[in-house]
Amino acid sequence: MRSIAIKMLFGDSAKFYGILLGLAFATLLIAQQSSIFVGLMSRTYALIEETPQPDLWVVDPTLLFVDDTKPMQVTALQRVRSVQGVLWAVPMYKSLLVAKLPNGSRQLCDVVGVDDASLIGAPPTMVQGSVEVLRNPDTVIIETRGQRGRLAQPVDLEDPAGPKRKIEVGELLELNEKRAVIGGIAETTPTFQAVPTIYTTYSRAISYAPATRRTLSMVLVKADPSVPVAELQRRIARETELSVYTPREFAWMTIEFWMKQTGIPINFGIAIALGFLVGVAIAGQMFYNFTLDNLKYFGAMKAMGATTPRLLGLVALQGLVAGALGLGMGLGATSIVGLTIPPDKLAFKMTWHIPIIAAGAVIFIVVASSAFSMRRVAKLDPAEVFQG
Amino acid sequence: MSEHRTAIRCARITKTFGSGEAVVHALRGIDLEVRRGEMMALVGPSGCGKTSLISIMAGLLQRDEGELEVMGTDPGALSGHERTKWRGANVGFIFQQFNLIPQVSILENAAVPLLLRNVPRREAHERAAALLREVGLAGRENSRPTKLSGGQQQRVAIARALVNEPRILVCDEPTSALDGATGQKVMHLIRDITRRDDRVVILVTHDERIYHFADRIAHLDDGRVTHVSTPAEALAESAARMGEAAAARG
Repeated sequence: MRSIAIKMLFGDSAKFYGILLGLAFATLLIAQQSSIFVGLMSRTYALIEETPQPDLWVVDPTLLFVDDTKPMQVTALQRVRSVQGVLWAVPMYKSLLVAKLPNGSRQLCDVVGVDDASLIGAPPTMVQGSVEVLRNPDTVIIETRGQRGRLAQPVDLEDPAGPKRKIEVGELLELNEKRAVIGGIAETTPTFQAVPTIYTTYSRAISYAPATRRTLSMVLVKADPSVPVAELQRRIARETELSVYTPREFAWMTIEFWMKQTGIPINFGIAIALGFLVGVAIAGQMFYNFTLDNLKYFGAMKAMGATTPRLLGLVALQGLVAGALGLGMGLGATSIVGLTIPPDKLAFKMTWHIPIIAAGAVIFIVVASSAFSMRRVAKLDPAEVFQG
Repeated sequence: MSEHRTAIRCARITKTFGSGEAVVHALRGIDLEVRRGEMMALVGPSGCGKTSLISIMAGLLQRDEGELEVMGTDPGALSGHERTKWRGANVGFIFQQFNLIPQVSILENAAVPLLLRNVPRREAHERAAALLREVGLAGRENSRPTKLSGGQQQRVAIARALVNEPRILVCDEPTSALDGATGQKVMHLIRDITRRDDRVVILVTHDERIYHFADRIAHLDDGRVTHVSTPAEALAESAARMGEAAAARG
């Protein structure tokens, strides 16, 4: 009987495709909007994710998120290094600075200064050159989006609004009246602020920055293997009175800031809710109508000896098949969107949670509509088959 | 001897629907016996209780009062689940609108009662194919019902009704959706197949052209069996009524 139930579903092509499209569209909206939301949120902590070496990030206690640079006194680095259990601690500079480009225009850039000696904090993936170029004088590394985007240069200097070319290794920028030679190109995760990122050494970054007593943005700490990270975290916080976060905590703190301080979650939440409602309204309603259309056949089966649980099983099977196909189509379409649109055009990150959430929504839609349908089937009086 | 030949015995059966001022007395005390191997037609005006009576006989509906014995069993005394199983094993149905599932082949349609009893698919299809051959649909097994004429669809319904080898066949207006000639062919088929196996056929009809296929005709009116006649007597009564009506019109 299972194959008959499935053929009944496939055979009513108008309703079947309607159910499928409804579920697929709902899945697409839910999964795609969730993926973009996660993609956007993951951009907010891209620096943390691309700096895997430290166990702990030490920052000013008033700092709210990773881009909220609240510089500390440079002595903070020594205070952190003096805490027992610290294997190493390195400085990081991070701030927005204005760069003068080769054609004379100016562009706000996110300047990241990494430890001069270890280069911890430098971009992990280089597409041209290596991070070692930072050891050369006045050298910086830019990333690919900046290279072909906001740092790109006009082909014809007389026509600044005309076609543009990528800025290349060897070309010169100016940061705070100081020369900065592009020594390499990195591939990095796009950042939330969508400004080009420039990597250089900590000491050079300080020279680019306006003169100030506080130049230390963050301290990256590696715990001695003999000391539990949580214990070291408590020690550093206690002895330095600075805030100390694990990478995960720092990332979540950043996400929470953007979630609470912006309308992003509400906007995406509305889109996801709409997707869910579309699924309920279209697919749920169509599945219910499909069952109603087949009620006389279910009634005939009941007359011929089908028990109510047996019929409910057939309806559940139909719902399950429609749900699985609709979910698959929706997730497939979502993946195509994610794979075909370049990351610098669309923040898209489908974590393993998203298909599960989409599946949960589809299961809810299918179960709810099946439950209504099943109620009609369960209440079906087999004697109704004689009533035409 | 006649006791042994009784297949269905109804005594003082009543059935009402609704309550209060909306109550409808569908059956007001039905007494009727149907013998083994007999084709009994139930006739009467719309609303006289024919459908309620066959529904009760087939175990689809519970009576309010009275006694019922169908092949030695009172379906009303069975639990809902047992009654469903009993129906699946003992009763075949032929519906007015055929009720064939349009999305599957006629072979699968004919096999449904067996599949519902968990008969292996292959065996169910073999038995359904054999019956389709018997009703003259050999070679059409993979056709969809919608590709067949009304008469052919009713033949599929007959095959489906008989595939389980039921002892009782309940036919609800089996010719009402068919033209006269096709209706006659279908009734021939039903009579030939069922008589051979000593089955009981309960036939609800308004179609006087098929009265002669029945062995006896029970006339119902206002929830009661007014009398039981032979087909010839029923046709004569009908002719007389029509004559009276024509005379009254002048």
